[in-house]
Amino acid sequence: MNKLKSYAASKRGRDTLLCFGIVIIAYIIVQAAIAGGGISSQIKGLLVPICAYVVMAISLNLTVGILGELSLGHAGFMSVGAFAGIVTTTCLADAIPLAPLRLAVAMVVAGLFAAIAGVIVGVPVLRLKGDYLAIVTLAFGEIIKNIVNVMYLGLDDAGLHFSLVNQNFQLGDGGKMIINGPIGVSGVTKLSTFTSGVVLILVTLFFVLNFVNSRTGRAVMAVRDNKIAADSIGISTSHYKLLAFVVSAAFAGMAGTLYAMNFSTVTAAKFDFNTSILVLVFVVLGGLGNIWGSIIAATLLTLLPELLRGLSNYRMLIYAILLIAMMLFNNSSFKVRLLEKRAMRQMEKAEKAGGKKEGA
Amino acid sequence: MAMLEVTSLGISFGGLRAVDELSMKIEKGGLVGLIGPNGAGKTTAFNMLTGVYRPTDGGIRLDGQNLIGKKPHEICKLGVARTFQNIRLFSQLSVLDNVKTGLHNQITYSFAESMFHLGSYRKKEKQMDEKAMELLRVFDLDGVADYKAANLPYGKQRKLEIARALATNPKLLLLDEPAAGMNPNETEELMETIEIVRKRFGVTVLLIEHDMKLVSGICEYLYVLNFGRLLAEGTPKEVLSNPEVVKAYLGE
Repeated sequence: MNKLKSYAASKRGRDTLLCFGIVIIAYIIVQAAIAGGGISSQIKGLLVPICAYVVMAISLNLTVGILGELSLGHAGFMSVGAFAGIVTTTCLADAIPLAPLRLAVAMVVAGLFAAIAGVIVGVPVLRLKGDYLAIVTLAFGEIIKNIVNVMYLGLDDAGLHFSLVNQNFQLGDGGKMIINGPIGVSGVTKLSTFTSGVVLILVTLFFVLNFVNSRTGRAVMAVRDNKIAADSIGISTSHYKLLAFVVSAAFAGMAGTLYAMNFSTVTAAKFDFNTSILVLVFVVLGGLGNIWGSIIAATLLTLLPELLRGLSNYRMLIYAILLIAMMLFNNSSFKVRLLEKRAMRQMEKAEKAGGKKEGA
Repeated sequence: MAMLEVTSLGISFGGLRAVDELSMKIEKGGLVGLIGPNGAGKTTAFNMLTGVYRPTDGGIRLDGQNLIGKKPHEICKLGVARTFQNIRLFSQLSVLDNVKTGLHNQITYSFAESMFHLGSYRKKEKQMDEKAMELLRVFDLDGVADYKAANLPYGKQRKLEIARALATNPKLLLLDEPAAGMNPNETEELMETIEIVRKRFGVTVLLIEHDMKLVSGICEYLYVLNFGRLLAEGTPKEVLSNPEVVKAYLGE
């Protein structure tokens, strides 16, 4: 019993340690490299987007890997979070002068808004399965993009002004347009820093790993592995599906704020289908349900196009080839055989353990 | 009053009458068998009892409480647990986690405690570990507690499914062909385990089997289904000597 518990605990602990370890060590190395001047300005510009994509990948892994439902509209939640975050920071510019605190508050608000969007989408959509769910989430991503594209939001002394399709309000003196339809947002005060990005990753990891290693997370994985069986042992499947989906959406919203506050101009078109697919690629290549795999895949695949820049025209060709190579490795007979061997060993051990007891 | 009362239960799928006029009464603490040839409607009856299918007519009462129209997870909370003919484990979870998932509604803590791992999280998780190990020990599965459920040999998977069902602390345990695919030795061992479980956990058992010889060994009372209808009922001895039952199984 004691041995078993220590084994299970150590395995869980190892995964957690690995996740936090990767992030913290990467942070220290990058900071050292910045101090030593060993990082080009292009890569420096990528640091915050990488952090945002890592958070996106972790949060999508919750939906795709842990809950086992394919979502093709994750960028939609990122978009909701991005614009909610921008509006919050603009409104609070005077109230909270401290930049990191303002960013943190904006992220919380963005997370809440994305969570609400998650509930609105999740309630009807999670009744669907597989391909149908994928198609509806895809549509959701596009709908969000198009709504933000025709959204006008301004701030003046009288408060917030809002209209859809056409701008039908006039701002008072000193008023400021926050979201200006298809032009999007311009003149954002850049609040995101590499440090804030890493902090967001650590916070996301803390909550997501806690979630997975809890009663709630087990229930979600039970629904993934066998819905009927989960129902039969008293788990309300629709409730836990929605819960995982909403938590996933909330973190995507926070990633959206982090991402948006790194650029001076943000348009809705940035969070389109391509972004959703990109994040899905991170999750699939990092391994479904494998959190540290998502972190590494998101980092490498965001860096790769930049690192390959020297190859100019061949850049995207090599990128594609590398993607295919990774996919082939993930399904290669070599890896499959390795996994099979491990499963066989466990089975044999299980047989032996049983046999011994019966004999004794 | 009987613990489980089923009155003229019936279900139609389009034009097919899968189960018709099924009535059963099961007393608390009993070990009752539901037998019949392939396609007789045994599993369909289980699916109605557990809320997977909604019966077209008839009634189901557990300790006087109506079960018709309740969702499967609500019925489980009222004290009905089941296993499946084709094993349905949480294959990617460990053996221990499978049973801990069964304890979902027995030992609970809030969503906030899940997210922060604060409050009673540690205490409750420890309770779960202990309770789950206790159950695994009954089925001799404690040695493989940290294995992935999918990697267990077949016989152990069947046992794990029963352990998981018992974790929900049921009053009534429904076993759908627990001995399917087992060799005679394994079957005998399983029957002993069922007997032990019934005494130790004070649970009422209703089991499906189509091997009559087997069932007559441990069941106190049998219901025989054929073409969705109740063909006979009684003690194993009565049922086995019933010419109708013999005809249904062997043909004329």
